[in-house]
Amino acid sequence: MTTNAVSVENQKSAAPTAKKTTKRNWRRSEGGVLNVFSHGFLLVWALMVGVPMLWVLWSSLKTSGDIVGSPWSLPTHLHFDNWTRAWNKANIGQYFINTAIVVGFSTTGTMILGSMAAYVLARFEFFGNRFIYYLFVGGMAFPVVMVLVPLFFVTKNLGLLNTFPGLILVYIAYSLPFTVFFMTSFFRTLPTSIAEAALVDGSSHTRTFFQIMLPMSKPGLISIGVFNILGQWNQYLLPIVLNQGDSKNYLLTQGLADLATQQGYAGDWAALFAGLAIAMLPVLAVYIVFQKQIQAGLTAGAIK
Amino acid sequence: MRHGKYRFIIGFLAIPLALYGVLVISPFVQDFQISMTDWSGISSDKKFIGLDNYQKLIHNDLFWKSLSHNIIMLLVVPLVTLSLGLFFAFMLNVGGRRRGSAAGVSGVRGSSIYKVVFFFPQVLSVTIIAVLWQQIYNPDNKEGLLNALLGNLGLASLQHAWLGDKSTALACIMVVMIWANVGFYVVLFSAGMASIPTEIYEAARLDGAERGTTFFRITLPLLRDTVATGWVYMGIMAMDGFAFVQLMSVNNGGPDESTDVLPLLLYKTAFRDNSQFGYAASMGVAMLIVTLIFAVLSMRLSRRDRIEF
Repeated sequence: MTTNAVSVENQKSAAPTAKKTTKRNWRRSEGGVLNVFSHGFLLVWALMVGVPMLWVLWSSLKTSGDIVGSPWSLPTHLHFDNWTRAWNKANIGQYFINTAIVVGFSTTGTMILGSMAAYVLARFEFFGNRFIYYLFVGGMAFPVVMVLVPLFFVTKNLGLLNTFPGLILVYIAYSLPFTVFFMTSFFRTLPTSIAEAALVDGSSHTRTFFQIMLPMSKPGLISIGVFNILGQWNQYLLPIVLNQGDSKNYLLTQGLADLATQQGYAGDWAALFAGLAIAMLPVLAVYIVFQKQIQAGLTAGAIK
Repeated sequence: MRHGKYRFIIGFLAIPLALYGVLVISPFVQDFQISMTDWSGISSDKKFIGLDNYQKLIHNDLFWKSLSHNIIMLLVVPLVTLSLGLFFAFMLNVGGRRRGSAAGVSGVRGSSIYKVVFFFPQVLSVTIIAVLWQQIYNPDNKEGLLNALLGNLGLASLQHAWLGDKSTALACIMVVMIWANVGFYVVLFSAGMASIPTEIYEAARLDGAERGTTFFRITLPLLRDTVATGWVYMGIMAMDGFAFVQLMSVNNGGPDESTDVLPLLLYKTAFRDNSQFGYAASMGVAMLIVTLIFAVLSMRLSRRDRIEF
């Protein structure tokens, strides 16, 4: 890196003397130096991100002794038994299924209720429209943790504390602001003529929405769907407060945190790394397949 | 027709609005009420004590300490994350070799692969990230990934009890927050930079602008709105450092309360230490005030920029 810096300096001091003739060459070599320079930084960051993840994967196939003894060594034998132990004995399998159930229902609910509300707010004029819209959108600015105490008691009084339906409803409610915000602006971009034609042909508003508008908004629904699935799958604060009951009902994030604290005395590092790998792999696999949609979905809100 | 329209509006809005009202709006309003009581949960025994909780909060050193940690995070984490995000995005989109005279600007080779890798942490849960980094920071010189690496490189003098030393614990946690979020901003800013017309870069290049000038004079001003939005997002995220601190720090906010943040203090006050719900609710209100101040200040600052340019 120092050599690069020096050569840049040299080029710069050489440049003014023969400005006209070498200008093009100088530019090109500046590009070359900068190219090496940028590749260097990019590569370092890529390693900083990639190595820890690979480390989890290769460590999950080592024995606990090897993980602790020499963290950088590659596995000598592939201990897939770590994975089965994490899945069965450490309950990661159960937590995985619990999370899939909760997130399956909550994302579906968020999408249906969110787009219903957004459609009405985007396409119909009525008294209070703007007020309701800002009521929803305002919710985006505040972290859930601020209302933790009252939220705990609201769910408790409704008999929803430590239940999956409770978690599902809370997930939906706190995902509505962004979903409504995003889908409202999406519905506004769709042409009105098709829906009008359907209404003239005698289709009801409800039927127009489900059979014409929703299929037309598929790209928007995919983006916001991905956003909600990831956000809800990775939720940690809500389950540790609203799902403190039987440890059999823990979600994946809770289970992993629990597993990590237990390692202090249990010492089964291999199972912990296998648990991390089990939690990581499906998400990474889905990400690699759908990376375009995921990147678009996660950044969509900020670009608008 | 008209009648049908209103029935339809009510039918579509009723459930989402009811859910939102009961689970989001009502807790929000109740937070203020609860913060003015001495409620300790289990019984319905709530006494109105006015602003006593706030008085107590103002004289609580731990509150100020936690708040100062939040403010450090609020300033450092977005600043470093957004700078790195901009830097990498610029490298990826404009930092490439300038080929020939016809091609204007280009990204480095393999920029899409970099983007995929950089974005990885964004799809992982904070739990996975925090547990993973806890192992990386493992204080044992042989067990921890970082300490073992330093040992192998002959830098044993730098080996450190990263999370166990109160002078480094908070910084180490912030590093992880930055690590986890840079990729998002690289992708976000890349999308923004891709939408800047290449003619502008070409014109700058013909005028002899260097890359640094190009970045500060063209890219940054044109991306200002995206950067401003990113700043607010990142600030709200940093305000809620709960999961990172709760999972990574020694003893929930330790050592010696050197990593305690307001959300964690609220959580501990309500759900760990004898259920002081009224007191915890007043911390929620305090957080709301800090968040509002941050949002208003950020908007003010970005507005002033607009006049300058």
